[in-house]
Amino acid sequence: MDWSVLLQTAPSGGMTYLGWLGSGTMWTLLVSLFAWVIAFSLGSILGILRTTPLPIARAIATGYVELFRNIPLLVQMFLWYFVVPEVIPKAWGDYLKTQFPNLVELPFAQFSMLEFTAAVLCLGLYTASRVAEQVRAGIESLPRGQTNAGLAMGFTLPQVYRFVLLPMAYRIIVPPMTSEFLTIFKNSSTALTIGVLELTAQSRQISEYTFKTFEAFTAATLIYIVITMSVILAMRWLEGRVSVPGYIAKAGAH
Amino acid sequence: MEGDFDWAVIWKSRQILWDGFLVSLQLFGIALAGGIVFGTLLALARLSSWRVLAWPATGFVNLIRSIPFIMAIFWFYFLTPMVMKKLTGQQGEAVGPFMSAVVAFIMVESAYYSEIIRAGIQSIPRGQPHAALALGMTYWQAMGQVVLPQAFRNMLPIMLTQAIILFQDTSLVYVVGLKDFLGAASKQGQITGRLVELYVFVAFAFFIICFLASQLVKRLQRRIAVR
Repeated sequence: MDWSVLLQTAPSGGMTYLGWLGSGTMWTLLVSLFAWVIAFSLGSILGILRTTPLPIARAIATGYVELFRNIPLLVQMFLWYFVVPEVIPKAWGDYLKTQFPNLVELPFAQFSMLEFTAAVLCLGLYTASRVAEQVRAGIESLPRGQTNAGLAMGFTLPQVYRFVLLPMAYRIIVPPMTSEFLTIFKNSSTALTIGVLELTAQSRQISEYTFKTFEAFTAATLIYIVITMSVILAMRWLEGRVSVPGYIAKAGAH
Repeated sequence: MEGDFDWAVIWKSRQILWDGFLVSLQLFGIALAGGIVFGTLLALARLSSWRVLAWPATGFVNLIRSIPFIMAIFWFYFLTPMVMKKLTGQQGEAVGPFMSAVVAFIMVESAYYSEIIRAGIQSIPRGQPHAALALGMTYWQAMGQVVLPQAFRNMLPIMLTQAIILFQDTSLVYVVGLKDFLGAASKQGQITGRLVELYVFVAFAFFIICFLASQLVKRLQRRIAVR
């Protein structure tokens, strides 16, 4: 084993292989965090819609969840990257393919805003369907009496959600949301198939350039473990902050 | 734009797509069986009071669960031929990409399944295995005849849902160039220049299969819940 290989200068603009890993980590974090913003906001809306008494809203949200949950993420990635630019009007497609600036340019590969956007959009919309299910489960876990009591007290339905249901539901679903949040970092590695040079992609590049596969993969694995640990610690802190006294008895049950 | 699409390409590629689909199905079957068997053993090891068993099992499961599936595929793609060479002592006897993919999938799925099975075992009141042991049953009798049959029954819907996810995950072997369903479609798309049609078809096929399967699971779940 030869760990010093990571400190060697890589064949790209004075960067070491460790620099490649750092850059990969940054793109993994960026793709995941941007995607999480989409997933959390859209997923919340969809999850809430699925619990409302409005049949059309429920049908739309249910359709969305079923559609995005039943197609593999990798296939969705290809749909966004290869299919969408061909299906939209040709002028737009040409614009997307030529006018986006490059984000990373290395001698062996580069990727532009197009790949990054496709990856974020794909991962975000996919994860939204999973978040929606958690939000729905959280709301449905509350006794029906809470909605009824709210309405009986003269709250409108949006008020019932805003002041009664959601403040409880979001606290209850912190543990399952933690695992969705962890999953988005892991799932972001599928972006390598459309050329985004995130962490997994960079570790493979290093292995191909140096033949030090074991070292390259171990380094990337360690970085993923650090990300996982940090998320778990942060979410544990959040869980403690927002927990409803006396409501969630099983601390650390996941 | 619609005039530009040539959907006949799917019919023309049916043999290649079908072969790819069979590769996916094979991988799915082997990974499912292997994942459940090894997952059960891992779960039992994790719940064991024997730390020599519990700690490595816990470490393995947590390690696999904290890295991306693709990273795990790369790892086993790299490790499997090396380990096989050490084990068999044969030189040059190459382990094919399918074999490496199978090992990767069994490993990853056994980690995922062990978490489901562990929760299932823990859902059985502790008094039951204690009673079984007190009646003179051995550990394996108590587990095999008292705890696991009930645990598996409780877990069935979650295990089937995980199986659907596993079926979708088989598409990830694309990253090592295996000609599974998606890989075959991708290759064929590059040859014919019809990537759009083939990817849409793959998405559609996956959707139909997984949607119908998930509806069946839902129905089963309702039937089990009524009891």
